[in-house]
Amino acid sequence: MTPDVNSVPGSAMPPVVADAEPDDRGSRRGGRGRLVSALVLSAAALLVTVMAGVALGPTVIPLDQVARYVGAAVTGGTINADEVPAYSIIWQVRVPRVLLAVLVGAGLSVVGVAVQAMVRNALADPFVLGISSGASVGASAVVVFGLFAGLGIYAVSAAALLGALGASVLVYLAARGRAGLTPLRLVLTGIALAYGFQAVTSLVVFLSPNYQAAATVLFWLLGSLGAATWGSLPPAAAGVLCCVVVLLRHARALDVLSMGDETAASLGVDAMATRRWMFVLTSVVTGLLVAVSGAVGFVGLVMPHLVRMLVGSGHRRVLAVAPLAGGCFMVWADIASRTFFSPQELPLGVVTALVGVPVFIALLRRHGYLFGGR
Amino acid sequence: MELRLDGVSVEVAGRALVRELRLDVGAGEVVGLIGPNGSGKSTTLRCVYRALRPTAGAVLLNGADLAAMTLRDSARVIAALTQESHGELDFTVEEVVALGRTPHLPHSRALSREERELCRRAMARVDVGHLAGRGVLTLSGGERQRVLIARALVQQPRVLVLDEPTNHLDVRHQVELVTLLRSCGLTVLVALHDLNLAAATCDRLGLLSGGRLVTTGRPADVLTPELVRRVFGVDATVVRHPRTGATQLLYDLTTPAGTAADGHDDAGPTGDAIAKGIRP
Repeated sequence: MTPDVNSVPGSAMPPVVADAEPDDRGSRRGGRGRLVSALVLSAAALLVTVMAGVALGPTVIPLDQVARYVGAAVTGGTINADEVPAYSIIWQVRVPRVLLAVLVGAGLSVVGVAVQAMVRNALADPFVLGISSGASVGASAVVVFGLFAGLGIYAVSAAALLGALGASVLVYLAARGRAGLTPLRLVLTGIALAYGFQAVTSLVVFLSPNYQAAATVLFWLLGSLGAATWGSLPPAAAGVLCCVVVLLRHARALDVLSMGDETAASLGVDAMATRRWMFVLTSVVTGLLVAVSGAVGFVGLVMPHLVRMLVGSGHRRVLAVAPLAGGCFMVWADIASRTFFSPQELPLGVVTALVGVPVFIALLRRHGYLFGGR
Repeated sequence: MELRLDGVSVEVAGRALVRELRLDVGAGEVVGLIGPNGSGKSTTLRCVYRALRPTAGAVLLNGADLAAMTLRDSARVIAALTQESHGELDFTVEEVVALGRTPHLPHSRALSREERELCRRAMARVDVGHLAGRGVLTLSGGERQRVLIARALVQQPRVLVLDEPTNHLDVRHQVELVTLLRSCGLTVLVALHDLNLAAATCDRLGLLSGGRLVTTGRPADVLTPELVRRVFGVDATVVRHPRTGATQLLYDLTTPAGTAADGHDDAGPTGDAIAKGIRP
């Protein structure tokens, strides 16, 4: 008897696992039940987080009032005249800021997942390809030399986006070799050029005529959502949404890509082409996010790992949960940044690192989580 | 399905790794590639599973040039077990095996019930069913190798390409694997280091040396003491398996006269220097 592997099920394969457990065991790592519970939990957490983010701040505004103001703004209802200051805080300042925090956290987390798969390196993050340092060149040029003054409050964002995209193009051109975009070349080129861009930023700041400008650049580099307005949301929202949808659609290709180019070829995935479009997608989205929030470090490196600890490594699960978890994390980080030293604001990057690093290391040690072997 | 290597040459950075290789693998035939390290076995296989594009010549599948097919189309027909080390992410065994369905599924559609059943049986077939929920990074080398074989089976290929599939496998699993290769009914091209295993498994062998095909034929015709000596630099006595009649080699462990002196001269001074702690 020769059981034929090539045949579709139903033929004569040995019934060795007739007594195997059902597929959806909740206890199995990365099981289906676990994904659903992770999704439900993180969605609920995000909802609570967003409400908290809007209510909390230097002035705490009760939730029922928050609900009334938001309701009034959305449905066009009326409020009393004496409520106008609180209403403006909620609707003009906090809601856009919290939504931007969600977008930035979600976007950086998802891009982090994609970049780690793309360059096949657990230490990669959205900024490893030199994007944030490129953006900082643009931002510092605006702050110090007053470029793009015609764009008003959007000058820094526009310059940062330009810098980010310019840096991506440079990294792409420098990393491209005869063998295409190989992961190691991409990382090395990104890191090398990042040093170059940082040097240019430092040079610009050094040449700056006043200290105030230097401080502004430094603050921008550490990240802040203080400049959030309704107007800053649509580009970031479109970018993040597009990124999540496209990546989810190609989740299996990401799985395959993270296993190596040869394996990818044998499974019918063109690793070079996949890396190329992923590079473009992640660069543009990172550029859009950096333009509105500065370079918030740590989130894009660590959220992917945290999410993998929860739901396993399969990219469909990771990409579904990462935006929710990343959004949550960022909103809380922003709440901390604007309340702890109020009225002063702590740079966002400081909070994400101070809070995130110990939490991450604790989780890493507890789960015996593996990346890069035993 | 019939596989033909038609004058395949591969040149990387000006160095010819494979030259003018011509080899036919008939439908359902098991053909082994043997040869010393660096003789071009893996490079040849890479051209078949399309991780490399031949610099000249072509790989033909039932007469059709692979280069004219999309990667996805050829991956539906040709599955491969590569030498590539695992990635960094700790996928479960089940997830890795399921990726074998990639070329058959549009984008990220989930596996159907039949496909999950197919995965389950492929895992059972190579004895990794009990590892389904384990992370691949926690497995031993041999277990991981079997998982990758299950993934190749799940691909439902017509042609199977394997690069040193018995690496890390214990004896029982080696025997089970080659039995599987013989019984699966697929067209198989496999690179093997173990000449005895190759002789017992393959219908025909292709002997490579320095990127060239030295000879091809039935194991008994390829594994002659003269050729083994010339290509591998080893003295061997050829015997027949008393029960199966398969050609087998017994290696003569007393070092051949000519090579002994060379080897010793090369290693000697360095070894001495290290032993005495002398810096050159």
